[in-house]
Amino acid sequence: MAHPIAEDAPLRTAEPRVSFLNDPVKRGLLVQFVLLVLVVGFFAWIVTNTAENLQRANIASGFGFLDYRAGFDIAQSVVPYSQDASYGYALLVGFINTLVVAVLGVVIASFIGLLVGIGRLSSNWLVRQISTAYVETFRNIPPLLVIFFWYFGVLAVLPQPRDALSLGFGFSLSNRGMFTPRPLFEPAFWVVVAGFAVGIAMTVAFSAWARRKQMRTGQQTRVLPAALALIVGLPLVLFVLAGSPMSLEFPQQTRFNLVGGLQVKPEFIALMLALSIYTAAFIAEIVRAGILAVSHGQTEAAHSLGLRPGPTLRLIVIPQALRVIIPPLTSQYLNLTKNSSLAVAIGYPDLVSVGGTILNQTGQAVEIVIIWMAVYLGISLATSLFMNWFNRRVALVER
Amino acid sequence: MFGQLGKQGWLIMKATSLPLALGLVLGLGAAAHAATLDDVKAKGFLQCGANTGLPGFAAPDNAGNWTGFDVDYCRAVAAAIFGDPSKVKFTPLSAKERFTALQSGEVDVLIRNTTWTMSRDTSLGLKFAGVNYYDGQGFMVRKDLGVSSALELSGASICVQTGTTTELNLADYFRANKMDYNPVVFEKLDETNSAYDSGRCDALTTDASGLYATRLTMKSPGDHMVLPEIISKEPLGPVVRQGDDQWFNVVKWTHFALLDAEELGVTQANVEEMKTSDNPEIKRLLGVDGTFGQAIGLSNDWVVNIIKGVGNYGEIFERNIGTSSPLEIERGLNALWTDGGIQYGMPVR
Repeated sequence: MAHPIAEDAPLRTAEPRVSFLNDPVKRGLLVQFVLLVLVVGFFAWIVTNTAENLQRANIASGFGFLDYRAGFDIAQSVVPYSQDASYGYALLVGFINTLVVAVLGVVIASFIGLLVGIGRLSSNWLVRQISTAYVETFRNIPPLLVIFFWYFGVLAVLPQPRDALSLGFGFSLSNRGMFTPRPLFEPAFWVVVAGFAVGIAMTVAFSAWARRKQMRTGQQTRVLPAALALIVGLPLVLFVLAGSPMSLEFPQQTRFNLVGGLQVKPEFIALMLALSIYTAAFIAEIVRAGILAVSHGQTEAAHSLGLRPGPTLRLIVIPQALRVIIPPLTSQYLNLTKNSSLAVAIGYPDLVSVGGTILNQTGQAVEIVIIWMAVYLGISLATSLFMNWFNRRVALVER
Repeated sequence: MFGQLGKQGWLIMKATSLPLALGLVLGLGAAAHAATLDDVKAKGFLQCGANTGLPGFAAPDNAGNWTGFDVDYCRAVAAAIFGDPSKVKFTPLSAKERFTALQSGEVDVLIRNTTWTMSRDTSLGLKFAGVNYYDGQGFMVRKDLGVSSALELSGASICVQTGTTTELNLADYFRANKMDYNPVVFEKLDETNSAYDSGRCDALTTDASGLYATRLTMKSPGDHMVLPEIISKEPLGPVVRQGDDQWFNVVKWTHFALLDAEELGVTQANVEEMKTSDNPEIKRLLGVDGTFGQAIGLSNDWVVNIIKGVGNYGEIFERNIGTSSPLEIERGLNALWTDGGIQYGMPVR
């Protein structure tokens, strides 16, 4: 009590003595820490519990089986595959098949979706009605049924390969899929490829020059004829000069199937068509919403500047609409990728189908399911990252 | 059809292997390991994993009742336990789902045209309780193809169900004979069959018994023929989980009892009279002498219950798949050892 002031002074400057739990910062840290422990603990429990259960049930576990010989065949593979390959390699084949369907599906669905979406806003009554009917039909049918429709309803009723429908030029259609001639390249063909590459490079340079000229003088130069001449004409001329260094192998009729040429299997066609057509219905609506989101004043302003409807759409409306379109479009791309696992119903060897075979041959359900989930998560996250990057780029267009 | 299935069965029908694997992850299966027989008795019914619809072996009839060779085996086990062959619920399982369903405890026993192989016995945590049907893999083709041997199938498209021994045998056979083929692989039996029926494939391959059964479901069964080659051994039998010897014995001895009953001439019709037989073997089998039933946790008249419920092995065979059934399959290897086959019931002694 001798120096009451000296003792009181530090107390005043110190923080008020409050409960630890009433400090929002510390409380936040505590809550986060507890949550982290719970989450880590939960997953640790899952892992150890699973391992224990598998051990107790005497079920083989671990990822060692990926190195074992697969022993089964896969009908469609982009990379060479034989039954001597490992389970791991077979999964890779399935993964690539999934990617092929997903990428092609995204491209085709975007194309159809863009057309139909614009069609719904067309001033032409018939186009508008057809587009509306398309969207309302395919948006409201489960994708699995659309797949079955194409596979069992359309492709399966095509004739046997013996009586295949000939489409001319060696193209034919049967219930074994579409057969086309296969180009066989001779060594001299590299000249044509080189001409093609040069043609593209020169077209890029030419269009850059045309743009600079337009900036400088205001005069427009038509790029398309030059581009056609360079990209198509140049390789064609080289092809003839080099003495046609390519021949075609036509599919030959054998006892059971057509052999030779290129074959596109019905499972692939059905899955591809179904996924594209189904997803395109959603994309069409997204495109329509995006275009409607651009104020009509923009279109009127463009028209008043003398732009025709085509360039107005291409140069004014779509760039602005893209900002609205891209985020929901990403979801549709992800949906299409994930829906590709419905392939299992019609025997297209995608990741789920091949994984299912391995699951049953090895009995290692937990491992296969983990691989499935990890791969789909990986594909989806990669797609999201790309689309987010693209979205940021498009967003910068706004001024 | 749903009326026949319990809630679990319905869930399984909707399920792929994902939720089943989840069962393993979360340890739901752990409880099922201890004493399956006690669990089944407490539950009041047997949960039997069956095929999704293979005529003659396991398929619901017009009235929604499951019938077939494998189904009767399920009923036999139920009769042995409860004295009532109807105390069984069926879970239809695809080839891909079947082992996980058994491992995770969703079903008590799997009787679903399942081939006994070494890896399935050793690395899946399962045990085969016997061979109720000796089968082999064959091919079915359209008659108008003009094929008379499997060796002429080079270049053919072949429909096959995924995740089966069939798929592996097929690959081995074509490689061994230096032939090419295009596999067309489906997950479900009906998808495989309808793809073949629609002409997507030139040939369908599965166990020979399955081919005869499938032929009945084709649009015009007469247009198809089974080729003579049998390319593999396919011993089909009931499967249980490892680590429960009592339950293993119940299933195994139900199978032997069915065989012994046929061998001793005990049938569904005469089982009551046979109880008064002087033959000591029959007396032991039917529980008149000894306590063999109690020794595996059942009542002593367990075999009487089985035979009353479903008949002996020969009766089950004839009724469902034999020459008097639509499948018209000969006994062949599945005749008793006394008739030139290899079905052999271990003695009850």
